[in-house]
Amino acid sequence: MSAINFISIFFILSGIVFFFTASIGLLRFPDFYSRLHATGKGDTLAVFLCFLGVSFFHGFNLTSLKIIFIAVFMLLAQPTATHAISRAAFRCGVRPWMKKKGEDK
Amino acid sequence: MHGFFLGTSIILCFLVLLCLYRGICGPGVLNRIAGISAIGTKTLVILLLMGVIYGRVEMFVDISMVYALLNFIGTLAVSKYLEIEGEI
Repeated sequence: MSAINFISIFFILSGIVFFFTASIGLLRFPDFYSRLHATGKGDTLAVFLCFLGVSFFHGFNLTSLKIIFIAVFMLLAQPTATHAISRAAFRCGVRPWMKKKGEDK
Repeated sequence: MHGFFLGTSIILCFLVLLCLYRGICGPGVLNRIAGISAIGTKTLVILLLMGVIYGRVEMFVDISMVYALLNFIGTLAVSKYLEIEGEI
């Protein structure tokens, strides 16, 4: 097992960790905006890391360049989609989650 | 190395099940859209890992690219529709 494989395994494992935290956040946060905050940032970085790992594993050719292109595209597209859906929610009148007055300790 | 990619794909399928809970019984339309978008993002990585396992990455990369575009455009279209409609 060469050094390239170790770099690839490291990138893919860190991507899996970010996917895991994003999914737990999507499942357990109390409010729509906080759920979107978890999945919008975590998934973007996780996709970038996983694609970088697969591209390192595959070597340097046209397919690897395409994988890097998809990663950069997701880096641009995912925050745009998150912004659009959160703006739609705000204009539809979804209020952010607040703490109750008695329990702010 | 193939065993590592297979295990990673199985972990990602488990995470897809976690997101599917938010997609099925999340309160309201917007939570469902967030869950489905997260599922689509995970599907991209599963497709690419399947390509590595089968040894035909150059075919699966194109499918992954189309899936990324469809996921992005679908989320944008639904959010624009909800914004014009003005009511959930």
